[in-house]
Amino acid sequence: MSTIAHTQKRGFAGTVWEYLTTVDHKKIAILYLLAGGLFFLAGGIEAMMIRIQLAVPNNDFVSAGLFNEIITMHGTTMIFLAAMPLLLGFMNAVMPLQIGARDVAFPFVNALGFWLFFFGGVFLNLSWFLGGAPDAGWTSYASLSLASEGHGIDFYVLGLQISGFGTLMGGINFLVTIINMRAPGMTYMRMPLFTWTTFVASALILFAFPPLTVGLFMMLFDRMFGAGFFDAAMGGNTVIWEHLFWIFGHPEVYILILPAFGIFSEVIPTFSRKRLFGYSSMVFATVLIGFLGFMVWAHHMFTTGLGPVANAIFAVATMAIAVPTGIKIFNWILTMWGGSIQFTVPMLWAIAFIPSFVMGGVTGVMQAAAPADYQFHDSYFIVAHFHYVIVGGVVFGLLAGVHFYWPLMFGTMLSEKLGKVTFTFFLIGFHLTFFIQHFLGLMGMPRRVWTFLPGQGLETGNLISSIGAAFMFVGVIVLLINVVVTQVKNVKVGIDPWKDGRTLEWALPSPTPFYNFKQLPLVRGLDAFWIEKMEGKTEMTPAEPIGDIHMPNNSFTPFMIALGLFIGAFGAMYHVDDKGWALPVLIIGLAVAFASMLYRSIKDDHGYHIHKEELLDDADKGGTR
Amino acid sequence: MKQKLTKWRLLTVFGLLTLVLSGCGEPFLSTLIPAGEAGQIAYDLMILSTVIMVGVVIVVTIMFAVAIIKFRRKKGDESIPKQVEGSHVLEIVWTVIPILLLIILTVPTVITTFELADTKAMDKKKEDGTTDALVVNVRASLYWWEFEYPNQKIITSQELVVPTDQRVYFNIKASDVKHSFWIPAAGGKIDANTENVNKMWLEFDNQKAIEADNLFYGKCAELCGPSHALMDFKVRAIPQDEFDQWTTAMQAVDAKAVPEDPQAAAGQEIFNQKCLSCHAVSPADERPEAARMAPNLGSFGDRELVAGILEHNEEELKNWISNPEAYKPGNKMTGTYGELSDQELDQLATYLMGLKVEQ
Repeated sequence: MSTIAHTQKRGFAGTVWEYLTTVDHKKIAILYLLAGGLFFLAGGIEAMMIRIQLAVPNNDFVSAGLFNEIITMHGTTMIFLAAMPLLLGFMNAVMPLQIGARDVAFPFVNALGFWLFFFGGVFLNLSWFLGGAPDAGWTSYASLSLASEGHGIDFYVLGLQISGFGTLMGGINFLVTIINMRAPGMTYMRMPLFTWTTFVASALILFAFPPLTVGLFMMLFDRMFGAGFFDAAMGGNTVIWEHLFWIFGHPEVYILILPAFGIFSEVIPTFSRKRLFGYSSMVFATVLIGFLGFMVWAHHMFTTGLGPVANAIFAVATMAIAVPTGIKIFNWILTMWGGSIQFTVPMLWAIAFIPSFVMGGVTGVMQAAAPADYQFHDSYFIVAHFHYVIVGGVVFGLLAGVHFYWPLMFGTMLSEKLGKVTFTFFLIGFHLTFFIQHFLGLMGMPRRVWTFLPGQGLETGNLISSIGAAFMFVGVIVLLINVVVTQVKNVKVGIDPWKDGRTLEWALPSPTPFYNFKQLPLVRGLDAFWIEKMEGKTEMTPAEPIGDIHMPNNSFTPFMIALGLFIGAFGAMYHVDDKGWALPVLIIGLAVAFASMLYRSIKDDHGYHIHKEELLDDADKGGTR
Repeated sequence: MKQKLTKWRLLTVFGLLTLVLSGCGEPFLSTLIPAGEAGQIAYDLMILSTVIMVGVVIVVTIMFAVAIIKFRRKKGDESIPKQVEGSHVLEIVWTVIPILLLIILTVPTVITTFELADTKAMDKKKEDGTTDALVVNVRASLYWWEFEYPNQKIITSQELVVPTDQRVYFNIKASDVKHSFWIPAAGGKIDANTENVNKMWLEFDNQKAIEADNLFYGKCAELCGPSHALMDFKVRAIPQDEFDQWTTAMQAVDAKAVPEDPQAAAGQEIFNQKCLSCHAVSPADERPEAARMAPNLGSFGDRELVAGILEHNEEELKNWISNPEAYKPGNKMTGTYGELSDQELDQLATYLMGLKVEQ
């Protein structure tokens, strides 16, 4: 094992094997991007089917039952399998470099987290081919999900359980990494905002996922063994599911939006050539949003009948979140104020984000007013609201991130021209699709309706909305073309491709060496690389002499553990049907998973060292620096 | 003077907004054309929050637009802008102003939350267990609604009948999965839970009811299965005296009486054999809830729509009975009564259409 092995050209099979076994955070990031991207496309196709069905009244493009499966899978896929993994991908790609680390704290666990997410997602999506997808909405409210026939809900419960473990591991890993592995001089208050938001989002994952895990287990027991947690006839209570789901579900939206905020907080200063305005208040606002995010879940349940005291308390708590969010918005604007703004594609997304997200945010405050929410709740107004924050916030953030960090991850630059085409189509399509939905909701259209009858004044709005969706679709197709064209041309870019990079990740050569930093850098302040550049230097001051670097070995075990659980889940699910093969499959699957864990525990893997001489060799060849 | 001016400006904004929004939707369905007190409370709060929030959006957008226009990079400009750390004054300003705006919104929010939850009148029971206030027990099932009037001891389905100009109180629950009871024009919704009874009140203005032809649309607002989108009901809001006439007529229905028309009488025969085990035709149905497995058809002939979605005529009724699955996928009626011949369908339709309490 030496650097040579890592720099040699590999065949296709070799590359595949490398990715199946990798524990390198940069490669895991690419895996997340790839898998998340595929699920994003699946969720997008589902979205298009929804809008085609609702384009005209009394449409029969899809049947009623299938429609419910589509909306359920659209929501579940987009949240759990697209948005969150894509963000985890960027966290993996960027955060360790931003804090000057050679990898995350637990590279093996990092790989395991990815494979669990991936197999959980595949399991969930296989439901389409194995008797029908889940059909009780992404919230899977208990009475309906218990009444749901077939195995759809079982796919939901088991799939999310497996992928949820992966996410939880990712969150813990990032927390430990940020706490322990910052480069010399990288104090907490010198951490770039994206690292800060990763930190807070990871803490949210740590506290929000256990309630979901518990809820999913209870539902699993209800469906498989008739446990009766949520069965009113047996003394159960479905409102418990609502609480468990939203105690997870509300922090979840901050798990999504905070890293997106982080990306914008990197993009805006870079392309304004100006440091982030009010850095410390930005950090404070991030932490406060994360904290308040746990205090407001019941605003999703204003109409459940919790009573006026609970409703009033949660209404006021919810409104409070607007304050730190407002601080962030104004800080971004003031960062641009007095700056020198360059309209690159990532910056365009950041600029479009501000008004779009503000519109989603203010409707959020409107819904916090409980009596008004009695009208908004479960209507298309809500659909409009959360798409404004999730698309206008998270997806815009992801698109900004894709363009911004593409050179860091792949060493090439996405076409600015095609990027602007995507931007135009997607932005227009987004507002066309979702703005009108506010009014559809106010005009009395409930959400999750498979069709609507003519003569209720809802025709025009729905048609406009569907046309908008087509625009967004075109935008995404152009983005795909952009990716393919860029990678086929394969024009490599050098160090600091945007010229105005401020943080540590841009100080690295391109492609980033697999050990990241030959010498850990010395961080002298916020925007570490910018400080050096302003003093006329081209690279970071090292904090240590060149020495041996300890690296982890690749491992196929994470893949096997996840695969074992994936197989076992099928056995568990079909066991209730009294299928003879189900129990053996369950046992084999769990045996594979536990044997892999045992193998990992028993076999000492000390990793390997890159020796000082090889690092010096690398430098001489000029290959990396 | 200046204060007066701002007041006027605010009023104009309110007025304009109301004008714009009232152009939205149909009077029988839209939350923007509130038909009574509860709807008005929600509407006023919606308008107040919208005005504040539109103000916020405008301020942010202006700052934002100035920033991106004024500070865009000129070609070849390689200068480095001043690196500003922040400004305590500005940060305090944009922390305090939002807090003040939110307080303006918080106060009416809390007050109206309690006002809308005030159902004390339901608990003021007289000796015989009835109340002065009109109470309706709403029960939601896949995919239909039952409305029981405990004071009047009558039951109807799919079409709620309420008197105007007074608060009507509702007990709401579900009998299978969770639903949500929503009459958008009249006010907010509340969930029909499987494990508890939720309470709320609504009020219908007579004038507004007339503008909507006395008929409002109700919806199920919680995903409940394939035909969730079709779980509509209707609300007939009529003056008190007409309502009294209706309840009296409902109480007087003799479900056992054989219709004069021989076609209808034959239909009744079929109905008694095939449908009666689930559907009652007596509004004064005294059986327990669990036995009331399907909509009460006591006043079927008066309904506005068949099954809540189809035009109310014999043709559509026959279509519905011969294949309900085609109209409401996943309903509980399909396949419970065998095949019916065309003649039987005709007889059944005649019988059902004759079940009227209003002349």
